[in-house]
Amino acid sequence: MTPVRVSVAAAIASLLLILIVLELIRGRRLKERYALLWLVTGIVLLVLSAWREGLTTIAGWLGVATYPPAILFAVATLFIIIVLLHYSTVLSQLDDQNTLIAQRLALLEAEVARQHGERDAGPTVAREPEHSVRPESLSPEP
Amino acid sequence: MTAGRIVAIVPAYNEAGAIGGVVDAIRAANALFDVVVVDDGSYDETGVIARSRGAAVVTLPYNIGIGGTVQTGFKYALERGYETAVRLDGDGQHDPGELQKLLGPIERGEADIVTGSRFVEGSGDYRPPLARRIGIIWFARIVSLLTRQRVTDTTSGFQALNRKGIALFAGDYPSDYPEVEATVLVFKHRLRLVEVPVTMRERETGQSSITFVRSIYYVAKVTLALFMAMLRKYAIPQEEAAGS
Repeated sequence: MTPVRVSVAAAIASLLLILIVLELIRGRRLKERYALLWLVTGIVLLVLSAWREGLTTIAGWLGVATYPPAILFAVATLFIIIVLLHYSTVLSQLDDQNTLIAQRLALLEAEVARQHGERDAGPTVAREPEHSVRPESLSPEP
Repeated sequence: MTAGRIVAIVPAYNEAGAIGGVVDAIRAANALFDVVVVDDGSYDETGVIARSRGAAVVTLPYNIGIGGTVQTGFKYALERGYETAVRLDGDGQHDPGELQKLLGPIERGEADIVTGSRFVEGSGDYRPPLARRIGIIWFARIVSLLTRQRVTDTTSGFQALNRKGIALFAGDYPSDYPEVEATVLVFKHRLRLVEVPVTMRERETGQSSITFVRSIYYVAKVTLALFMAMLRKYAIPQEEAAGS
């Protein structure tokens, strides 16, 4: 059986996670789209901490009957992996979209410059290239 | 330049089969309508066709989803100085012939936002599939409860707005299933929402952007968003706050 102190601590931690996520949504610092997985994580962990017999049963199935709290760690780890994987896909998508915006902006700037040039020849503004990121051509492949 | 003119905002994603007819029908319905099609990164000829029928076309560089697309239209309306806007979908399910009904309460100064409802008394006999109907009823109940106003159709994208409504949505508009959450936004900002009965046609071409598997996720997400929106504080326009 899980020590009571473990259950109480895990329940408090899960509850805190849920409350923090809700407050972040309310304060508009986290979008619902990215919050749902965290909320599910918090709820599952809360259920597993409160439902002590259930945790023992699952621990029995998975062969860790001697130490049921291991299931809490396993489930938490699993969810963290899922959230991270989800973020990786989101990041990849943002990467693609960022490229598209940069390309569209550059083409628009060229078009604006061309239209300006037709009227009063010569460049309008000399703009410093914003290389906050080192151009890939300069950095050697790792 | 835009005095007296009304902008018709049409969000469209891969609607090449329907968009031409939609633009024609809007322009035929009322000579005061300027049509702007917001093309949400379609990979078919949607934008080209819309432009050839005389609509202004705003093309997004990639697919940003319905909420962002519609909001682009509201920003366009705000920047161009339109006093009144209507919004209808690019797939042909909203009949431009009914736009005048939506504009009525705006013109009489009775509402800031008018929604065409499929479920209020006097609307056509629209019967969506069961799963969709459950979702529609679920949101209608929650929104009515939260806003203490009877709202029957929270997912309708058939709307007319005055300048206040345009400004609100240009500044703040939700992403997925945006109309549901937007209804709560309207309430929180103390704008007046009125529903009028409309009949919606079956989709002509294209495919609904909502599939069954995703709908569970959307229902959870939007429900969460609704309650979160109720818990937020929103800036109320000065004269409104003073008057209430």
